[in-house]
Amino acid sequence: MMGSGTREAGRPSARGGWGHELRAIYTLWWRDLVRFVNEPARLMGFMVQPVIYLGLFGVGFGATFRAAAVPEGFRYVTFMFPGVLGMTVLFTALFSGVSVIWERRFGLLKAILVAPVSRAAIVLGKALGGSTVAVLQGTLLLLLAPLADVDLDAGRVLRLWAAMWPMALALTGLGLAIASRMSSMEGFQVVMNFLVMPMWLLSGAFFPLQGVPRWMEVLMRVNPLTYGVDALRGVVYEGVPYAGRLVAHDFAFNLAVVTLMAVVALGLSLATFKAREE
Amino acid sequence: MGVMALAVIEVEDLRKRFGQVEALRGISFQVDEGEIFGLLGPNGAGKTTTLKILATLVRPTAGRVCLNGFDVVREPAGVRRSIGMVFQDPSLDHELTAEQNLWFRSRLYGLPRRVAAERIDEVVAMVDLQDRRRDRVSTFSGGMRRRLEIAAALVHRPRVLFLDEPTVGLDPQTRRKIWDFVRDLRRREGVTVLMTTHYMDEAEHCDRIAVIDHGRIVALDTPAALKRRVGGDIITLTSPDPERLVGAIRERFGAELGGEVRTGPGDEVVVEHLSGAEFVPRVAGAFPDLIRSVSVRQPTLDDVFLKLTGHAIRDEQAGDMDRMRLAARMWRGRGR
Repeated sequence: MMGSGTREAGRPSARGGWGHELRAIYTLWWRDLVRFVNEPARLMGFMVQPVIYLGLFGVGFGATFRAAAVPEGFRYVTFMFPGVLGMTVLFTALFSGVSVIWERRFGLLKAILVAPVSRAAIVLGKALGGSTVAVLQGTLLLLLAPLADVDLDAGRVLRLWAAMWPMALALTGLGLAIASRMSSMEGFQVVMNFLVMPMWLLSGAFFPLQGVPRWMEVLMRVNPLTYGVDALRGVVYEGVPYAGRLVAHDFAFNLAVVTLMAVVALGLSLATFKAREE
Repeated sequence: MGVMALAVIEVEDLRKRFGQVEALRGISFQVDEGEIFGLLGPNGAGKTTTLKILATLVRPTAGRVCLNGFDVVREPAGVRRSIGMVFQDPSLDHELTAEQNLWFRSRLYGLPRRVAAERIDEVVAMVDLQDRRRDRVSTFSGGMRRRLEIAAALVHRPRVLFLDEPTVGLDPQTRRKIWDFVRDLRRREGVTVLMTTHYMDEAEHCDRIAVIDHGRIVALDTPAALKRRVGGDIITLTSPDPERLVGAIRERFGAELGGEVRTGPGDEVVVEHLSGAEFVPRVAGAFPDLIRSVSVRQPTLDDVFLKLTGHAIRDEQAGDMDRMRLAARMWRGRGR
């Protein structure tokens, strides 16, 4: 028989319950933020891409871009700004979710899995960490707003955040769900090519929903990212007379769709992660 | 503590099946408090599976495992609190500093801030990394990383420390240091250590060893007792005609040989004899034309393994996976 003394003496000072789970979520979030701060090079790397898109595409493309009767005062770079914002959130959030593949490969995940932390807390901690980093990247990008002729005030920034957060949570959740179903980096490439790229290109980041062929419009309407980009664009074109021609839905509707998407994606990632890491 | 040593780990008829593959075919053992216990066997023998089940990372198909009084299937949280684990693959975040890594671990284990800060001071001193605690892990050498891994596994003061192939890929000097450290730890903290290895020389550091092959324990004893199972000293002769020499030795000395006589690799003949010092002059005198060279050595656990299983623990079997791991460690070492 095992003496009960062994058992009691073996219990470290840790407390259980909700407090413990919340602390674990916070700790996982904290680590993602420390990594973000510790690695300025990566931060710059993530910023270079949007700048290139804005600079080359926005300006170069804008010179030849002719939407059906371009309204007076329309600038393509302004149109594209929310698209690039969406792209930054998409890539940052999805990557941080998918990074679990690396962490599993290199043992980092195992150290977390043997800790007395519930699987749900691990998923939520990772999702919050990844989303925070994605929203921070997006926020940094807002510094470039004047270059794209986008006027920002406190209210608009808050509304942009309100859209970026559920987008980031949805995409990190999606990334985590993908990572839970996958072990190899090769599979990751396939996902990038057949899911992320189409999702990005068909999100309305480069061209509006209106005026595209029917089949493409259907694809764009089922693409959850479309509603995120549309929400961001709605904020950018607030009060502009021709906004109705560039923005498809009102802010509240877009926000509802993206939030629903976040809930579904997080639920999915919880289920797949639990199924995989018993 | 009473007269009776308490078992900290109890494993009873543990079985694990992965699809058609029976990875563990009924393993039983007990580890006492403060013991250094080794699981020895080639890769694929079932050591790592056993360790993963004990660490609640894999569910057993059948059997019972109790760790520190907690059942691994029914009370995984209790088990997780009781163990610290040093993995075969690096588990540190190389983008964080040593201190940040330790903070991360201690908070995951639910240590309050003040306690975490104290423990971090303690373990950092224990592994002698005080002056590097604020440096990023990516700048650390392999030995320093292993030490930090051990520190991270100890920060919540576990009763049991799991070491999965703790010194793979380290130079002999660093290996020795890590072993000194582990033994010291047991002495000071009374930690029970369960380790896996496929290095024979490493297994000799254990108090007791379970030799695992094809999912079964083929022997469980102290290293010395295991070595006694080999019939004394190992005498290796090289010969121009090994086959004839084996026959000749059998004919002349067969009656007194406790162990065996067999041909080894190449032109070698291997003889086990209770006293090599006494036997060598006689055999050399008897067949001067058939013997080119003679060497005598104490039996190692390699000899034991060979004797128990009929095959050697070959490093080539481990080769691929180990090479990959080493590459991964070095790659991470470059700091990404």
